[in-house]
Amino acid sequence: MKRRILPGLPLTLGFSIGYLTLVVLIPFAALATKAFSGSWQHLWSVISSPRVQASYRLSFGAAALASLVNGLFGFLTAWVLTRYRFPGRRVLDALIDLPFALPTAVAGIALTALYAPNGWVGSLLAKGGVSAAFNRLGIVLALIFIGFPFVVRTLQPVLLSLSEEVEEAAALLGATRFQTFRRVLFPAALPALLTGITLSFGRAVGEYGSIVFISGNLPFKTEITPLLIVSKLEQYDYQGAAGIGLVMLLASFAILALVNAFQWWNAHRVNPKH
Amino acid sequence: MAGAIQDLTSIRSRTRPRRATEESALVRWTLISISFLFFAAFLLLPLVAVFAEAFRRGAALYFKTFTDPVTLDAIKLTLFTSAIAVPCNTVFGVAAAWAITRFQFRGREFFSTLIDLPLWVSPVIGGLIYVLLFGSQGLLGPWLIAHHWKIIYSTPGIVIATVFVTFPFVARGLIPLMQAQGIAEEEAALTLGAKGWQVFWRVTLPKIKWGLLYGIILCNARAMGEFGAVSVVSGHIRGLTNTVPLQIEILYNEYSFAAAFALASLLSLLALATLGLKTYIEWRARQQLEQSQH
Repeated sequence: MKRRILPGLPLTLGFSIGYLTLVVLIPFAALATKAFSGSWQHLWSVISSPRVQASYRLSFGAAALASLVNGLFGFLTAWVLTRYRFPGRRVLDALIDLPFALPTAVAGIALTALYAPNGWVGSLLAKGGVSAAFNRLGIVLALIFIGFPFVVRTLQPVLLSLSEEVEEAAALLGATRFQTFRRVLFPAALPALLTGITLSFGRAVGEYGSIVFISGNLPFKTEITPLLIVSKLEQYDYQGAAGIGLVMLLASFAILALVNAFQWWNAHRVNPKH
Repeated sequence: MAGAIQDLTSIRSRTRPRRATEESALVRWTLISISFLFFAAFLLLPLVAVFAEAFRRGAALYFKTFTDPVTLDAIKLTLFTSAIAVPCNTVFGVAAAWAITRFQFRGREFFSTLIDLPLWVSPVIGGLIYVLLFGSQGLLGPWLIAHHWKIIYSTPGIVIATVFVTFPFVARGLIPLMQAQGIAEEEAALTLGAKGWQVFWRVTLPKIKWGLLYGIILCNARAMGEFGAVSVVSGHIRGLTNTVPLQIEILYNEYSFAAAFALASLLSLLALATLGLKTYIEWRARQQLEQSQH
């Protein structure tokens, strides 16, 4: 335990807690109060209505699919960026964060233009009888775009920190390169991979801006949960909106807990007995 | 993002890996090609599409978009919003990072998690909570109406929703850096008789300036581009409560595609500038951290 030598604890902590109370804690208290302002039966009927249930299935299903795709290609990209030297590596590395920097509304209209039946990619898919925009596939494609950097950025430091001696030992003991990867490198990177996939999943579940343009927003078919919150608000059904908001918030808590668990595992895997 | 600062500890970047721990050239180039293809198809193509669509009907129409008064109002509102949200969140970020990295206190972990909250809740929830608090049927709604104060469907609502979604960025940029730097220099300054604020301005601020700038730039990019949270509280009143991303949505839904993409290209340029600056700052921050650790 460090002794307090530096000044400023009361000032900085007091200010930041005050700030968070105003911006976060009081508004979240309002959310909980509104959600429970009516009867429990009403709250339950709102959050379990068939249309809302269909939106949960879509939001969580599409997010799961997109984050798995990102897990695969994110791992590959992180591997390539940390292990190999090739022309364009720095540019590729810098542009991985594009989905973080590009506003979601811009991503939304760009992806829609791309995957619409008359778009560059959409017209190719249409020849094969596949429709992406205004369909569930479009939602998954948009979620792949916005979630990709999470996996790469979580894995990069971990792949860099893997000690080379272990690989050399594996090679000396006669392991092929693929065996070394499967038995030595991959298990060491697994917790970070799962962390990245979960982060990408969490972001995808709540995503709104890039989806509303590409999904078509058909009830029961392409209507995501955040969109239902918006439409409840537009109908001045504050309690309904608060109820669905609370469900999403609880889901986010669960995802965060999962991320923390994977990070704990990662910390204990990379530095055993520290 | 912040993890990149730790890259310097890697030995791999300084020594060349040996043959036994390297894949064959065929495997290497296949993997590199796959990641380039994925990157081009999923990340780069949407960006290219923005500019292609924006200029599809010619440059004249492109530049005409930026003379439309309603669009100019949207740009002004976006600049105004980030001019308030970014400084507020900068002060908060520095204070929070100072408290978290310089002291041990009960609930520090919880406090640190709370700072990340906007990064893992849906942006729609970031708008929803303020409607439930300040909206006409919200908890404070009747009181606000009685005093003729309008927050939701008005500029204050847009600013506060933007503050909510962007407050983690400065703190997130600073915490790993300040943790890595330690407090030896601050302690030395105090021993030599410097006052608390002197230590901050003369010792800490020069040490953290690149990390701080990093956070401010990401905070600003998000503030100018935020859509979900702002869309919920804005009410979409033309020329009054439309930020640039909301104006893009309106133009798009009105089938003014060229104008929508022209405005989108402006935000894309902002995103590219942000990435460029971010890469430069990461490089400078790494240098600074290396210096302070020598």
